[in-house]
Amino acid sequence: MEEKTISNSRRCYKQWLWFMVLFMSFSVIYVDAVWPMPQMISSSMARYTLNPREFIFQYSSGSSAQPGCSLLDSAFERYYPLIFTDYRAARPRQHDEWFRFPFTVVVHVERAECEGYPDADSSESYKLSVCSGQAALRAETVWGALRGLESFSQLVYQDDFGEYFVNETEIEDFPRFQFRGILLDTSRHYLPLHAILKTLDAMSYNKFNVFHWHIVDDPSFPYQSSTFPDLSSKGAFHPLTHVYTQIDVKRVIAHARLRGIRVLAEFDSPGHTQSWGKGQPGLLTPLSPTHNPLTPLSSGQPGLLTPCYKGTVPSGTFGPVNPANSSSYQFMTRLFKEVTSVFPDSYVHLGGDEVDFTCWKSNPDVRGFMLKMGFGTDYTKLESYYMENMVNITKGLNKTAIVWQDVFDYHEKIPVDTVLHIWKGSPGQIQQELSSITLAGYRVILAAPWYINHIDYGQDWEKYYTIQPLNFTGTEQQKTLVIGGEVCMWGEYVDATNLSPRLWPRASAAGERLWSDEKMTSSVIDAFPRLVDFRCRLLRRGIQAEPLFVGHCRHEYQGI
Amino acid sequence: MIATLKFTTLLLAVVVCRATQDYGYKDVEEPTLGDSQYGSLWPLPQKVQMSTVAFKLSGVSFQIVDAKESSSGASCSLLQNAYRRYDEYIFPISRMQGQNKKKAFASDVSELQVWITSADSECDNYPSVTSDESYELSVDSPVAVLKAPKVWGALRGLETFSQLVYEDEYGAKSINRTEIQDFPRFTHRGLLLDSSRHFLPIKVILANLEAMAWNKFNVFHWHIVDDPSFPYMSRTFPQLSQQGAYHPYTHVYTPSDVKMIIEFARLRGIRVVSEFDTPGHTQSWGKGQKDLLTPCYSGASPSGSFGPVNPILNTTYDFMAMFFKEVSTVFPDAYIHLGGDEVDFSCWKSNPDIQKFMAQQGFGTDYSKLESFYIQRLLDIVTTTNKGYMIWQEVIDNGVKLKSNTVVHVWMGNKFEEELQKVTEAGFTTILSAPWYLDYISYGQDWQKYYKVEPLSFNGTDAQKKLVVGGEACLWGEYVDATNLTPRLWPRASAVGERLWSDKDVKDTNDAYSRLIQHRCRMVQRGIPAEPLFTGYCAHEYKGV
Repeated sequence: MEEKTISNSRRCYKQWLWFMVLFMSFSVIYVDAVWPMPQMISSSMARYTLNPREFIFQYSSGSSAQPGCSLLDSAFERYYPLIFTDYRAARPRQHDEWFRFPFTVVVHVERAECEGYPDADSSESYKLSVCSGQAALRAETVWGALRGLESFSQLVYQDDFGEYFVNETEIEDFPRFQFRGILLDTSRHYLPLHAILKTLDAMSYNKFNVFHWHIVDDPSFPYQSSTFPDLSSKGAFHPLTHVYTQIDVKRVIAHARLRGIRVLAEFDSPGHTQSWGKGQPGLLTPLSPTHNPLTPLSSGQPGLLTPCYKGTVPSGTFGPVNPANSSSYQFMTRLFKEVTSVFPDSYVHLGGDEVDFTCWKSNPDVRGFMLKMGFGTDYTKLESYYMENMVNITKGLNKTAIVWQDVFDYHEKIPVDTVLHIWKGSPGQIQQELSSITLAGYRVILAAPWYINHIDYGQDWEKYYTIQPLNFTGTEQQKTLVIGGEVCMWGEYVDATNLSPRLWPRASAAGERLWSDEKMTSSVIDAFPRLVDFRCRLLRRGIQAEPLFVGHCRHEYQGI
Repeated sequence: MIATLKFTTLLLAVVVCRATQDYGYKDVEEPTLGDSQYGSLWPLPQKVQMSTVAFKLSGVSFQIVDAKESSSGASCSLLQNAYRRYDEYIFPISRMQGQNKKKAFASDVSELQVWITSADSECDNYPSVTSDESYELSVDSPVAVLKAPKVWGALRGLETFSQLVYEDEYGAKSINRTEIQDFPRFTHRGLLLDSSRHFLPIKVILANLEAMAWNKFNVFHWHIVDDPSFPYMSRTFPQLSQQGAYHPYTHVYTPSDVKMIIEFARLRGIRVVSEFDTPGHTQSWGKGQKDLLTPCYSGASPSGSFGPVNPILNTTYDFMAMFFKEVSTVFPDAYIHLGGDEVDFSCWKSNPDIQKFMAQQGFGTDYSKLESFYIQRLLDIVTTTNKGYMIWQEVIDNGVKLKSNTVVHVWMGNKFEEELQKVTEAGFTTILSAPWYLDYISYGQDWQKYYKVEPLSFNGTDAQKKLVVGGEACLWGEYVDATNLTPRLWPRASAVGERLWSDKDVKDTNDAYSRLIQHRCRMVQRGIPAEPLFTGYCAHEYKGV
């Protein structure tokens, strides 16, 4: 074995020269193995056997990250069984003198941020060179090293007899877009923690780097706030079994961090807040003097939400957050103070979509406030006013706001570092929106084409794959303002029973679109066999990814 | 301890919230949620009288037993297994062990007595198309009685009994005083799974048989082989799966697998009707059986590809005779599904030998006559095995002459009413699948579409309508495997289940919605990942991945 390794390394050198010639004459040779497709990848037919018992990860001597780097140490632990999927025996002994020539993945990191969190400007680039006996992985940051480990793990394959191989390969890789997100909605259905953690695992296999946690909404408020515990005790589907405790949230954030994934929390307001009203007692809007005390106030408490009126009396139902009342902002300041300390990311999502004005219009106090502020009857100005306040609250907490596109559509005065999130419209309207938002100098995230909760018969992944995020009228400068995209899995029809197969591998199509070079990945026909392979790989790793079409995986899903 | 209890306690567990607006989607038809007076019963029995008087069901003392008068006893393992199964459904948390056996309260229901009333319980039989599934259930204190002529009705009644039990917030079990008389509207209530386009591991098939029993389905239509793969391991022709399966060892059903599935189904009152579709849909057969398929021609020479089964060779019929002889012994059901759908004539047309044969037989250029020729010989072969047969509708559409006892399976398009009219007019027994192709998914609450189908809405005499013996929900496998089959199937197939079991007048979508939400939560609690109908929650969410 040792001899073979040595001779392999000689052969590697020779073949590499030969390969370089080929490389230059054909410019690029693709291999199928890695999803999403790296920016530059070339490989030769030279393949090396990997023996699980003679395989180690190592830090290079010059690397700023060294043993003890929690993030990479645990990544090595994780990737070993992902690489050797059948290998159930004891872990290989490290630094064992019997194995003087183990296959070594040598990791070199320029800047160690082993205890930090990934953020919007984290570099994820890496270089990977697989040769005989060794794979050299170089990255500026630990986050890049994580992406490189993922690519390496995907280069390894098994033959029919279970033997592991890796081909001689060179990769230079970096993401096309910096923001590659997946939205899960834990309000319309509660998603148990294990479903979220599993999704984070699958995200890292697809090089997604943002978990957009649409944590609360109209139907339920599962986030257990330490400042306002009533929000979940009254607003969750169940106060004990259907909540995320602070420990749960920490666990999600930690699990995500280890995989180079940011957790972007969304607390959507002023609309989509029915569940908030259930737990917010009357410390905010005092009841209107015209209120008939005998009118039942539905399940909610008066306060945060706007009481809707029918004629001159409250109808008993509630609308969006009451923007006319200063106590609303006091409440929000306290809540977001908590939220921004719980979630370490430097961005927070404020929502701001689909505000229904009818309730505001019906409420005499709100109308009085409109008059006082000189808004006339233009309720978009009222919403503007509310969102400006929210953005300022966020700014005061040293966080940058992300909001849904509605906020821009109403021409609100928001700081130019605010990020707009496009979620609706026809393809033409989306292009128009991209143009106008970037023209105004705002950064933008595109989600509209990737509403993956909308299902259809057949191979709809193609639709998600062929989206061209930068295909809109605008200068180069404008295009740089499109910082990425997001796959949204809204929860009306999705819970733990069907989330995974509905998400994967459909989201993988968007994953490649957001990471890879568009020209290299423009063909659905080329992508199909790669994605078929990749979905079997996901399956092998325990991700319940559904089939693309008729066929089979060597190892089928063993659950029900 | 008699307490009046509304079903609201149960409904507390399934609050449904209305989303104000569904992110750009407004066409979601959303039934209103109220309490159903029938609690969580699904499918709804033919006759239910439920009182508000509630009894406790003690986890310590309650048991399901044979009634003294029952013709079935301890030797009937089918029922004994069912008692244990339903005991576990009713008390999912392992029961407190022995020592503190408190005496039951006087007002408790302490026993469910199961009384098989006819002399032959059919305990050791296989269920058949004529099996009696009727039962009567009387829940009172201290004893509930389930009377059924045969074990098949007892199985259905046990399921119903388990659906009457509900729990309060602290997990205490209650049941209301209830009288039920029940029987199915249609005798054939089937579900088709396709194990050829994707191989389905045994575990998945068994889990779905379990779920079928909860929905009172009684036929598992096993579309076991097709073009893409041949996972059925034949003793007579082992090379069929050796060559034709996706993998000869990991992607096959061995004889013992098949046996296990059939027995598992039998214990739940479910027939296993196997389908070996010919002459089309047989690409995978050709890999292991030389000369079975028709060589297609490109001009004057063979193109290298193959078409349907070659109908002009005697070896074809020799093969079929041996093959179906095996199939008829492996699958005990009285029916075999012979397929016969979507035969593409272009390959037959290209083949000079077949052209010659057509001329000899005087078929002219009417290839449906050739198809007819094949099918008739196949039917003769199958007749010698003493089996009945089912075929897809094209066989009759193409004018193939059929024996009068053939069951015609209607699957095509929107005009299924016309087809039913035509088929029954010709005097054939028929089953309906056309409106229930569950593999076609769409966004939103499509269960309602399946629910609203009325199988007997076609024009025809009463005698004609009697010929419609039931229907089948089909989950074809192009986009379905073990990863997504179960949530895609349930609770959408449940809608079909109620349509085929319950009275024709049971069609209030709001009432159904309320019951179905609870039924799906029950399936989730019993371990089946049945997907949600809409925003909301179950007290016990799915614990799987």
